[in-house]
Amino acid sequence: MAKTYVSATINGESAEFLCETQQTLLDVLRDVIGLTGSKEGCASGDCGACSVIMDGRLVCSCLVLGVEAEGTTITTIEGIAQGDKLHPVQQKFLEHAALQCGFCTPGLIVATKALLDENPNPTETEARYWLAGNLCRCTGYDKIIRAVMDAAAELRGETVG
Amino acid sequence: MPTVVLASGSAGQQFTGGQTEFEVEATNFRRLVLELERRFPGLGKQIEESMAIAIDGEIFQDAYAAELKPNSEIYLIPKIGGG
Amino acid sequence: MNYVDSSLKVVGTRPIRPDGVDKVTGRAVFAADTHAAGMLWGKMLRSPHSHAKIVSIDTSKAEALKGVFAVVTAADFPDIPSEEAFVGEGPMNFRDLALNCMARTKVLYEGHALAAVAASTQAIADEALALIDVKYEILPHVIDVEAAMAPDAPILHDDMFTAGVSPKPTKPSNIAKVVTFKKGDAEAAFKDADVIVEGVYTTQPVHQAYIEPHACMATYAPDGQVSIHSSSQGHFMVRAYTAKLLGINMSNIRVNPAEIGGGFGGKTLVYLEPIAVALSKKAGRTVKMQMTREDVFKASGPTSGAWMSVRIGAKKDGTIVAAKQVLKFQAGAFAGSPIGPGCMCGFAMYDLPNVDVVGYDVVSNRPKVAAYRAPGAPITSFAVESLMDELALNLGMDPLTLREKNAAKNGTKTHYGPTHVNIGYTAVLDAVKAHPHWKAPLKEGQGRGLATGFWFNIGGESTAQVHVNEDGSVTAATGSPDIGGSRASIGMMVAEVLGVPATTVRTIVADTASIGFTHLTGGSRVTFATGMAATQAAEKVVEDLKRRAAQTWDIPVEAVEWKDGAAYPAGSNAGAFEPLDLAALALKAGRTGGPILAEVSVNAQGAGAGFGAHICDVSVDKETGHVKIERYTAIQDVGKAIHPSYVEGQIQGGAAQGIGWALNEEYIYNAKGQMENAGFLDYRVPVASDVPMIEAVLVEVPNPRHPFGARGVGEVPIVPPMAAIANAIRSATGLRMPDLPMSPPKVRAAFDAAG
Repeated sequence: MAKTYVSATINGESAEFLCETQQTLLDVLRDVIGLTGSKEGCASGDCGACSVIMDGRLVCSCLVLGVEAEGTTITTIEGIAQGDKLHPVQQKFLEHAALQCGFCTPGLIVATKALLDENPNPTETEARYWLAGNLCRCTGYDKIIRAVMDAAAELRGETVG
Repeated sequence: MPTVVLASGSAGQQFTGGQTEFEVEATNFRRLVLELERRFPGLGKQIEESMAIAIDGEIFQDAYAAELKPNSEIYLIPKIGGG
Repeated sequence: MNYVDSSLKVVGTRPIRPDGVDKVTGRAVFAADTHAAGMLWGKMLRSPHSHAKIVSIDTSKAEALKGVFAVVTAADFPDIPSEEAFVGEGPMNFRDLALNCMARTKVLYEGHALAAVAASTQAIADEALALIDVKYEILPHVIDVEAAMAPDAPILHDDMFTAGVSPKPTKPSNIAKVVTFKKGDAEAAFKDADVIVEGVYTTQPVHQAYIEPHACMATYAPDGQVSIHSSSQGHFMVRAYTAKLLGINMSNIRVNPAEIGGGFGGKTLVYLEPIAVALSKKAGRTVKMQMTREDVFKASGPTSGAWMSVRIGAKKDGTIVAAKQVLKFQAGAFAGSPIGPGCMCGFAMYDLPNVDVVGYDVVSNRPKVAAYRAPGAPITSFAVESLMDELALNLGMDPLTLREKNAAKNGTKTHYGPTHVNIGYTAVLDAVKAHPHWKAPLKEGQGRGLATGFWFNIGGESTAQVHVNEDGSVTAATGSPDIGGSRASIGMMVAEVLGVPATTVRTIVADTASIGFTHLTGGSRVTFATGMAATQAAEKVVEDLKRRAAQTWDIPVEAVEWKDGAAYPAGSNAGAFEPLDLAALALKAGRTGGPILAEVSVNAQGAGAGFGAHICDVSVDKETGHVKIERYTAIQDVGKAIHPSYVEGQIQGGAAQGIGWALNEEYIYNAKGQMENAGFLDYRVPVASDVPMIEAVLVEVPNPRHPFGARGVGEVPIVPPMAAIANAIRSATGLRMPDLPMSPPKVRAAFDAAG
């Protein structure tokens, strides 16, 4: 089967790859490009472990075809930190112990960044509904939501240090 | 001499014809198993493989050296796993 | 040494976990993230039928497909005789495990594996599976536990004769065994009761639903050396089971523990690893296999569904005089439901003089059950704690007071024999009484429920190594895969003993060739048993460091003390020497005897049991049947919280799983015995908007067997939620929901039936 040549911007860098028509963006990220931070939990768009931001929109990369990435700008978990400087969302997840096994964490962090990019001052309810597409089986979501609210406050400049 | 009770429900009863309480001269778990195997062939192996021993309320699994005192309360219960 | 009464500097604080940055940046390597040159994709062919004879398997067309490098069936694996062993997290019959991994003559559930392929791409592997021609003779199937026990039920195993009944039966059955536990004489004692309540309760099978599907990568090298990267709760278990199922020596297998994306008991055995190794051997290449989410639901072990009847008799003042329970647990396709603990845990919180419990382990055409967090206990407690609530209502008594009246204490003899020692149940009940949630006024239309729970927790074998690097930093290596933050806790205990900050210690999980045997991560054992080994190793290092300081100062070792990460002369008589810290001593390690390290192996005994109590407020929508959790408080005796955030996390996570088990999760089967909701859309686990903040309250009654007093914590929190929620629904609506899950259609039906 002939492969399609695709070029996109991934985490701020230009990326080029070949993919089969039926390969999802998640397959491409993980198996073609080698960015394994996005995870496959269900391959049906129900768990959010594969969340990436594509042209400013939060998507499940398992529901996007690799070929659809042509010309788009994509941010994955690997692009959230700036070099060795963690994003406040990542830092707050660590401080609040908002992860246990860590498998859902990349998707949650990407989804949280997408939330705060759109709504810098969410209520707890708004945060919970926005993140309802990211399943976590370990934490019961309590510390995750605390981390999200704390990160939002920090990004708004409301907390010191 | 400690009294050992096979907690009813353990598979061991098939070896003992239904008897569940025994007086056993044994100072540790291994000696207990050897003695019970001597009295009821097959029971010792069953105990070692599928049972835990509760000595004065504390559960010991796979511990030959677990000490039995003359007035220890001893129960053999199914081995505990977990998730 | 025991640190329970010491003032602690590290243990009890909340440092950032050492593996945290890897996990929040996507760098952490899970099994499916591994890759090797020339790697092939392995995929499994699974039965579409719930019960069928395999008449023939023709793999020739699949083998001929370009890009296919190997095809295996049961013919490629040794035919293992029946052999029982307690190797993982429950009794395991290796023949059953082998047949579960790959069917030989019969498929026993939809999803049962019967062949596998390895190909250069996933697409080609899928195509190859479609080319495998299997001829089935479909047999009648049975799923429900009571239907499976009926005399005319389709029989799964011709050689299964019910154990535990006399005389030994001659007719095969789906009832693998019967267990009984008796204390006193319940039948007679019921006559003395002023009040008797009874009920029949059912639960549905639910899955651990870890977000990471099973995955592994295996290489069988030309010299017979096998290397596996696996997502599992125990890499030593993977090595042992894989060796057994393939008939090769354990010493030829090296298992590398990948990070694991949740297990909860479901990854305490193998499904893929032996198959991947066999494919790799045939293909001469590395093979990666991962389950699809559908495979995970259909072919990896969920927990039992159950039918239970309970009967409790009490005096007017609330003293329980007799209790009786019958439990029927589904084991799935092979024997081995958690019926034993199911029989033992339901009444373990109470001091009861007369108890009669009978349990049945029953097979049916479903995936073989695997452990799920306190296996058996959540199921039995749903029934017992619901009925205790009914008893309280019947007596006009506060449900907390009823439990206080009958509470197990130190010295209480359980109904399964042993006496409780060093337990914290009454401390937990006191904490319920003292908690603001218990007295908070309920809003209009809301109800409140209370339920309690128990789990044994286990100890077992662990190895830990502590070594001091040349710069004075410390590495702690263990054999325990880190599911929930255990690297942090282990590092903290080591740091405490050494007297250094937590950040000085780096904790790693070593592979099977690099560390001594360690039992798998489960049974709430790691902080207890591996923590014990790590603490003892650190203590040995401290003794060694004192010796080296003594040698350096040329004074007797008794004159050296270790404090805050350095050796000091003990008192002015010993000499005026500047303290020697880890860095200084490590610098001269060669001169004082060589590298500084200690390795300790333990078989930790006396794991302290855990008790929990959950308070739950709900509101119920009469129109939709939707139950909303308004407030949730989970109180638990944790012994000593080494890292309180991760202890709270275990409690919150367990409670959330219980909430899902209570309100939505279940396996839905069609008439052919095929699962209809094998995906996260319709197998509904709690999402962030389903739950409020879950307040975890840590009660600390130290476990004297652990150097810091820790008890296992991970499993207890899943035991109370279902009854707590059922009791809250009862309080809100007057409706008793005896069947799980209490999903909207069921609640609506209950409203309709009540009129």
